[in-house]
Amino acid sequence: MALWRPDPTFYPSPREAVNAPPETLAYIAAFDRSARRPDAIAVVDVDPDSTSYGSVVGWTDLPHTGDELHHFGWNACSSALCPNAPHPHVERRYLVVPGLRSSRIHILDVKDDPLKPSIVKVIEPEELAGRAGYSRPHTVHCGPDGLYVSALGGANGPGGRSGSVGREGSDGPGGIAVLDHDSFEVVGAWEADRGPQHLAYDFWWHLTQDVMVTSEWGTPSMIEDGVNAELLLGRKYGHALHFWDLRKRRHVQTVDLGDEHQMVLELRPAHDPTKTYGFAGVVVSVEDLSASVWMWYREDGEFKARKVITIPAEPAVSPRPTGPDRPPGAADLPPVIAPFGAVPPLVTDIDLSVDDRYLYVSCWGTGELKRYDVSDPFHPVEAGSVRIGGIVRRTPHPAAPDLPLAGGPQMVEVSRDGRRVYVTNSLYGSWDDQFYPDGVGAWAAKIDSGDGFTIDERFFPHGDDFRGLRPHQTRLQGGDASSDSYCYP
Amino acid sequence: MTMNDGSLVALVALGAFHGLNPGMGWLFAVARGLQERSRALVLQSLPAIAAGHAASVFLVAAVVTVTGSVLTSRIVSIGGGAVLVGFGLWRLLSSRHFRWVGMRLTLWQLACWSFLMSSAHGAGLMLLPVLTHGAVTVPGHSHGMASGAGSAVTAAIFVTGVHTLAMFVVAGTIAVIVYEVVGLAILRRAWFNLDRLWAAALIGAGAATLLIAV
Repeated sequence: MALWRPDPTFYPSPREAVNAPPETLAYIAAFDRSARRPDAIAVVDVDPDSTSYGSVVGWTDLPHTGDELHHFGWNACSSALCPNAPHPHVERRYLVVPGLRSSRIHILDVKDDPLKPSIVKVIEPEELAGRAGYSRPHTVHCGPDGLYVSALGGANGPGGRSGSVGREGSDGPGGIAVLDHDSFEVVGAWEADRGPQHLAYDFWWHLTQDVMVTSEWGTPSMIEDGVNAELLLGRKYGHALHFWDLRKRRHVQTVDLGDEHQMVLELRPAHDPTKTYGFAGVVVSVEDLSASVWMWYREDGEFKARKVITIPAEPAVSPRPTGPDRPPGAADLPPVIAPFGAVPPLVTDIDLSVDDRYLYVSCWGTGELKRYDVSDPFHPVEAGSVRIGGIVRRTPHPAAPDLPLAGGPQMVEVSRDGRRVYVTNSLYGSWDDQFYPDGVGAWAAKIDSGDGFTIDERFFPHGDDFRGLRPHQTRLQGGDASSDSYCYP
Repeated sequence: MTMNDGSLVALVALGAFHGLNPGMGWLFAVARGLQERSRALVLQSLPAIAAGHAASVFLVAAVVTVTGSVLTSRIVSIGGGAVLVGFGLWRLLSSRHFRWVGMRLTLWQLACWSFLMSSAHGAGLMLLPVLTHGAVTVPGHSHGMASGAGSAVTAAIFVTGVHTLAMFVVAGTIAVIVYEVVGLAILRRAWFNLDRLWAAALIGAGAATLLIAV
């Protein structure tokens, strides 16, 4: 039922959204790598005044197994206030939760019992494939005219099973599907003309400028069995940004970052709708194993991209014992990176605060979360770093200093006021197993971001808290830095 | 028939109501101004929005007045009342909202947007009871609507003009005040669900028209 006044979690502008009250609950997607038990949405208490602060207080199992939950989003957000298609009296109450491996899309209602979201609808892979021609749904954003869901695969591919590996791109193109945001039915593929775009991953937009931006990872066969060294060294993973006319649904421009820059993942456009720039994270350069962050901007009507952050690989020297009979020193590396003798930072997620001031960059390989002041987006200045986990370092959480941690800061989520940053440690099932072959574990952490930049010692859900599942993306109740787009400055 | 003060007031009130509704255009004008930091753009956008609104309203007014010049007012009232109730129920019960992608529009496109938005809203429909019962005539013409389609169209133009002028004045005033003084934070508190109110009003007006006619 429609509301009489706008949903209180909608804000016309990022300037107002930063004054939003602190979140009290976080939703974390968690998946069972063995696909024997259902994946779940875990609900974590993030209210520091609560006695259960930092613990998993709610849980909803999905109806099937093997979904591999990854990213998810809300049915409605601040874009509902946009003047061209206003619908401010809808409620932000449904989580739209795709299974990246199963291609099912789940709709969960968090209103009646926020601690135990109820599953109100499951969109089957056949509907997504039949109506939109896509599979492997990933990013969800609430748009003015519907829900936009990116998808890594086409409908007619080989299914990403072994045997198709190596024939890169044979199971694409990936793209974007549009869902009706009332009935959640798949309306169709978004693209009217995809031009040369074939690989897909993330997308977001400059909503007031009718600009869509998409990034590239790989098709299902290129990723589902793990990172493929042959494809990686052959520079076959995605290395470009695509710019589109959001209104006409047409591809306008490809900006190639150079094929040594493999895997262009998360896209974080400025929240200020009068600005036309954003940041894209690149996982690894095959030339020196460094990771990078690029800034796109528009100049004379053309989109351009510039590398603004480079994070070098670290020598594979462990500062701490890596086993009972293994003193600090030369470290064993997992086979996937052993030939290189160094640890790639692997920037797998970035997140931009709502005020566009800080960019958070997670280095999943080296176990570090970096904060950059991007007030001048062309010249980011490092403004803090915390260490936790890492392929070699295994830095413990301050709450459990004797517990070496696998995995690293991976998905980053930032509260609307920018003071709290949440991270989880799993990247993607098969990739976790390659980079952390002795087990990636399961943990989440919170970093307080203000004048200082420090890990909150009271917040450390880990291990059995996640019931054997691996945590991936976090969404904060009421919205967060990567959930809402704004139409007014 | 003569000019009816009551229906003139109703025409103005309806226009003012549409002008007040952020979804009908003033908000788009403000957004365009804020995007380019230009009050001139706010002011330029308003006439285009009003023109689209006027076109939508005129279409309904013309259909009603021309139909009214050939059919008895009782038939027009019954048909019109039924349309109002039906459209109002649809607006009330459907959760679908107007969908339009794109924010960077030329003034011509903005007028088209406004026309479609007003039409989807049923902006002109509320003129039905005013036109069928209010006996609107153009001042200076004493022969009334029954004298033919020509004067019916003149009446439709007059009705559209009065309605749109009221809409334009209210929307323009709010747009400038919000842009210059108040700011858009007010949306969070004051954007009442006027669409729901409007749907209820359509149903009520339709029912009243039917009751009077039958």
